[in-house]
Amino acid sequence: MITVEGVNHQIGSVRILHDIRTRLPEGRLTALIGPNGAGKSTLMRLIGRLEALQSGRITVAGHDLATTRTGELAKIMAILGQNTAIASRLRVAELVGFGRWPHHKGRPRPQDRDKVSQALEAFALTSLANRFLDEISGGQAQRAHIAMSFAQDTPWLLLDEPLNNLDMAHARGLMTLLSELVRGQGRSVAMVVHEINYAAAWADHVIAMKDGRIMAEGDPDTVLTEAVLSKLYDTPVSVGRHRNRPLVLHHA
Amino acid sequence: MLLSGLAVLLAAISLLWMFQGIGGGNREFILRLRGGKLAALITVAASIGVATVLFQTVAANRVLTPSIMGFDALYILLQSVMVASMGSAGVAGFPDIAKFLVEVGAMSMLAALLFGMLLARRGRDIPRTILTGVILGVMFRSMSGFLTRIMDPNEFAVVQAASFASFNHVDTTLLPIGAALTTAAIMIALWLSPRLDVMALGREPAVSLGLRFDTMVIGALMLVAVLVSVSTALVGPVAFFGLIVAGLAHGLTQSARHTALLPAAALIASILVVGGQWIFERIMGQAATLSVVIELAGGIFFLYLLLKGRIR
Amino acid sequence: MRLLPAAATVVLVILMLASLLIGVAQVDLLAAWRDPYAMLVLMESRLPRTLAVLLTGAALSVAGVVIQSLVRNRFVGPDTSGTAEGAALGLLAITILVPGSPIWLRMIAASASAMVTTALFLAVIRRLPVREVMLVPIAGLVLSGVLGAIVTFVGWQADLMQYVGTWLMTGEFSGVIAGRYELLWIAGLAAALAWFAADRLAILSLGDQVATGLGLSTATVMRLGLTVVAVVTAMVVTTVGMIPFIGLVVPNLVARVMGDNLRASLPVVAVSGALLLLTCDLVARLAVYPFELPVGLILGILGGGIFLWLLHHRPAHG
Repeated sequence: MITVEGVNHQIGSVRILHDIRTRLPEGRLTALIGPNGAGKSTLMRLIGRLEALQSGRITVAGHDLATTRTGELAKIMAILGQNTAIASRLRVAELVGFGRWPHHKGRPRPQDRDKVSQALEAFALTSLANRFLDEISGGQAQRAHIAMSFAQDTPWLLLDEPLNNLDMAHARGLMTLLSELVRGQGRSVAMVVHEINYAAAWADHVIAMKDGRIMAEGDPDTVLTEAVLSKLYDTPVSVGRHRNRPLVLHHA
Repeated sequence: MLLSGLAVLLAAISLLWMFQGIGGGNREFILRLRGGKLAALITVAASIGVATVLFQTVAANRVLTPSIMGFDALYILLQSVMVASMGSAGVAGFPDIAKFLVEVGAMSMLAALLFGMLLARRGRDIPRTILTGVILGVMFRSMSGFLTRIMDPNEFAVVQAASFASFNHVDTTLLPIGAALTTAAIMIALWLSPRLDVMALGREPAVSLGLRFDTMVIGALMLVAVLVSVSTALVGPVAFFGLIVAGLAHGLTQSARHTALLPAAALIASILVVGGQWIFERIMGQAATLSVVIELAGGIFFLYLLLKGRIR
Repeated sequence: MRLLPAAATVVLVILMLASLLIGVAQVDLLAAWRDPYAMLVLMESRLPRTLAVLLTGAALSVAGVVIQSLVRNRFVGPDTSGTAEGAALGLLAITILVPGSPIWLRMIAASASAMVTTALFLAVIRRLPVREVMLVPIAGLVLSGVLGAIVTFVGWQADLMQYVGTWLMTGEFSGVIAGRYELLWIAGLAAALAWFAADRLAILSLGDQVATGLGLSTATVMRLGLTVVAVVTAMVVTTVGMIPFIGLVVPNLVARVMGDNLRASLPVVAVSGALLLLTCDLVARLAVYPFELPVGLILGILGGGIFLWLLHHRPAHG
């Protein structure tokens, strides 16, 4: 479980987060939704210790972020931020290989290589393994980055808008894979999702944020309702059902 | 494979440097003279090459050199401040090596602080960061000129000398300590190689992988500061040379592993400097200065990178 | 804000008087007409120096406005566009090729060569990605560095490093006496020319499409602008040596207060440039009195500081 208690955050004089208090359940796929500027990414980055915590307390699987060494945390959670531009010229397999770094610190062992090939396999990157990142498409590079976080092989996987750059088929493939991780391997995944229907179709737990506050949280059926979503996005939204899950109709 | 090739090439050029055209006369004297200079050139070259690769890793950018960002100007300013605050007499009484060590220490602290802040604040806006560094460099140079002039209003040459590098006149009093510092810094950098590899991924992936990123930035910048101090103390500021070396090192190794990149950069830089100096000194008879040609080539290379859209 | 130009002018007059009075030789302005020695000092040294500083400051600042309009970027100046190095290159060439050439020929060579290198800068930045505002000044700085290396190389070969030093290192006014600064009037004239073309330059800075849409021949305005920048810089480089940052920061400071209506702001730019340079020159004269510092050093520190402030406290549009 991830617990967030009394987290405030401001950049300059702008308050980004107001006294956030929430729990992300273990063994579930949690989706953070909300309009632009709601503070979803900031919250995700704070949990992933990409930003320094200004106030409050966050624990991941019982480890307090403030007191746990970052190297230890890297074996508990993997976080993929949105900023994936890399200056160095790396091959896909090399990038994914870095996912094992927290475990071997520069001296890869056979089991590390196995994990890397599994990750490449899982994200359909095996044929691209020896290509340089700047020679493949944006979507393929995005998959390579996710594969790196996957190879990190941590109980928690945090992803900030991982569906960016992915086409429909690969986005769906990623969601399938993530829910397989959750259901089959008992891992926990939390992700910021822009397109709300991915949350509707795949998430077990939804946290809806607006203006730096949590507006609603719970299972998809309780959060993804017309009342909540219309208020969340300040625009009329209707919610239908598809395969016994909510389907949000917001395009017209 | 590549590394051993480069090492052999450097050895060959060094032999040429040592024994080419050596007459029957005072062989021992000539050899000692040439040996000293060879050691100095290699020290300087390796410093610049490794410093540039390290700095580019810290900045997550392939077109920067410590010198473009004002590192050497900061060192020169520090030197002036040292002289100014102690008074010329005080410095004269102070042993060169001790003075140098104090400078290097102060330089490491200051550079880590200043450039660490700069890189942390403006991590994503690379061009603005570069521009800030360049302007800081100009300001540092003006400040040291200002201090020098205040101490000795008739002193023209110092400002000018501080703006040009010279491979012809290497300050050899500092060579032993400089070589020792360079060796130590390169050893530490090699030891840190796995971490540098992760650091090159950029802040977010590196933090996610559990690297103590901010500590590493400070550490790497301190190493850069030491290396730049050595090269600047020995020959003076060299702005663009490192760019060529780092570019070649990345291009030839085709690897992002610092265990390969760092030695490659040191070897390539040494080959270029020793080879270049040999040509300019022995073949062309001092017809031109190597530093000017190197800067010219480096500057054009930078413009080329700029136009190719590599600076972002 | 209306009062700003007037206030600046008043301060300028006060500083001019100070500039006339300060120096190793004591001069009483009121008694000078009775004292031939004081008169000599005034007319041969103090007045020329003061005028030289005013002309240089005003002309470089105006040239800064012009080059910023030409490249549509606020973070460049005549000292970071390869212009000064171009002028030095021209001077070197004419000195080597036509030894003992008359002064007018040297001036033409310097101006023409400055124009060529500035045009080269324009050509380089046209190929940069449009949105990258900060790359333009970087390209300018590096191009200046490359040209500077060529100048150094040639100067070294021809044993003319001494001249190169006075042209491109830090400019100073301590050598100015009557008969040695008059070329700067040409720089002043060139800057005045810019005022007549102020509207066109303002339109040009809006972009090629707007300019063409308004029926403006961009090529003509470009050439005119290039001429102004090149001539001003060439005259300054030959007479007192290049002075950093002034052409860069003064237009920015004025634009912050007055906006970019060049017809209204150019005179203010000129006055402010003169004011800033005169202030720095006075500091340079007084800091280690009776010795002098090169004013270029003062501006290297002060101007650099202002530039960094502009860089980090203004929205990055160009």
